[in-house]
Amino acid sequence: MSTAIHSATYDAGATALPQRAGLGLKPAHVRQILDTRPAVGFFEVHAENYMVPGGPFHEHLGRIRADYPLSVHGVGLSIGGEEPLDEAHLDRLAALLERYAPQAFSEHLAWSGHGGAFFNDLLPLPYTPATLARACAHVDRVQERLRRPMLLENPATYVEFTESTLAETEFIAEVVRRTGCGLLLDVNNAYVSCVNHGREPRAYLQALPLAAVGEIHLAGFARQQDDAGDALLIDSHGSPVDRAVWALYEFVLGRLGPTPTLIERDNDIPPFEVLLGEAGEAGRLLAAVRSEVTA
Amino acid sequence: MSAQAGFAAALLDAARPCPDGLVAWNGSDPARRFAVYRNNVVVSLVDALAEAFPVVHALVGGEFFRAMAQVFVTTQPPRSRLLAFYGEGFADFVAAFRPAAELPWLADVARLEMLRVRACHAADAEPLPQAAIGALLADPARLPGASFGLHPALGVLRSAHAVVDLWAAHQVDAPDLSGLDPARPQAGLVMCECDAVTVTEIPVPAAAFIECLQAGASLGEALDACSADGGFDPAAALGALLRAQAIVSIREGDKDHE
Repeated sequence: MSTAIHSATYDAGATALPQRAGLGLKPAHVRQILDTRPAVGFFEVHAENYMVPGGPFHEHLGRIRADYPLSVHGVGLSIGGEEPLDEAHLDRLAALLERYAPQAFSEHLAWSGHGGAFFNDLLPLPYTPATLARACAHVDRVQERLRRPMLLENPATYVEFTESTLAETEFIAEVVRRTGCGLLLDVNNAYVSCVNHGREPRAYLQALPLAAVGEIHLAGFARQQDDAGDALLIDSHGSPVDRAVWALYEFVLGRLGPTPTLIERDNDIPPFEVLLGEAGEAGRLLAAVRSEVTA
Repeated sequence: MSAQAGFAAALLDAARPCPDGLVAWNGSDPARRFAVYRNNVVVSLVDALAEAFPVVHALVGGEFFRAMAQVFVTTQPPRSRLLAFYGEGFADFVAAFRPAAELPWLADVARLEMLRVRACHAADAEPLPQAAIGALLADPARLPGASFGLHPALGVLRSAHAVVDLWAAHQVDAPDLSGLDPARPQAGLVMCECDAVTVTEIPVPAAAFIECLQAGASLGEALDACSADGGFDPAAALGALLRAQAIVSIREGDKDHE
């Protein structure tokens, strides 16, 4: 296929993950993974879960890392926050990345704390020239401190801000352009946000800087309704990947060619075989697009 | 107040109105949408506590636990981005939580479960070979001035209640609390050995002795501090430390053995 548009400028620096399907590493599955060494392209962990001094988490991750590529995914940096980045947290992150030398590091376009409190959620920000400048300064600082490019993940959101003057896609494209970071394209987030804000998903995806995509996330959502009775999708990570998200994933692969892809599941964790099955489905779609590229 | 400060305050206080400046594409009330964030924050933090305190959860039931944890979450949100240790203040909160007053052992069960969390994530350390410890224990001249470096995962808890029995009873699918006397004073020793966090009953005076050693006392000082207790058995206390492989160094004068 001739529309594969990966450019070496971004993805070579921001990710060295294989163009295969990966899974989030869940403590409940670690024993089985270590015993059976399943054919998984890579594993992903949340950085903050491993910012502890020692014990089984590190013991297990060290053994996983010896056999698999690794993606470290942060959830606590608050890149979209009004406050300066927490330098102590950045120091912990730098130490973790030095210890495990992961093939990719990613974080969110969101904020998660304010005034010393941490909310353990990915909160939305308005898109204005001022918030853009701040987000870029934060990404610059992260990449400078970690001495590596990062991938920035597009958010799933439930509200918009009256003060926003930029489209989300413009905002993300500009962060990528100014900082040289890569994009972690969460196709579920894209779908959830488009439904929640009345946008057309394919137009949204095409307006993103797809050449900068270094990794894709797929996950499941929950369905609610807003006050007008319209669909309000919740980025719950608690169910299988939805059919609509698989279709968008195929659309994205058609644009990008094979791209490292993670099946994300953080709630109602099923048996490992179920997740392996979803990774297998992503793997089949990756193989199909790979044969098109080489044909 | 900055925009995020206003958003943050309204997240934790359901009595506050939805923050200004939010909008939905279809003109619907943004308050319904903002409620998703409120719910996400509270549910994820309550879930984190439920995971850290499974026996407290079982003792009071899911509905009571979630209501109690929600009060903790909204009045004492995490101050750290590392959620592993978010439960540090939970036992004191439970102790003062009046609706739980009829379960006076609940706070100590929470303390025991927090020791388990700390043990699981503590720094790794190699235990000292038994022979090195045996040589010290066999030498009455060396013993009083020596002090132990203890494993970072080691924790002890003394309670006026049967916390170890209560915890152990909940390690099976259908806990049987008949025959369990919660009012029996009990002490527990917590360690992380080979990936698994263990909880073992030890004599209450032995726990007091280990607490002295953890505070930096020499063996002589700790023995002096505990010998007034008629029930104190030094051999049992040292035996508990040896069995748990909890001694990682011996310090004598300014010499360290590791």
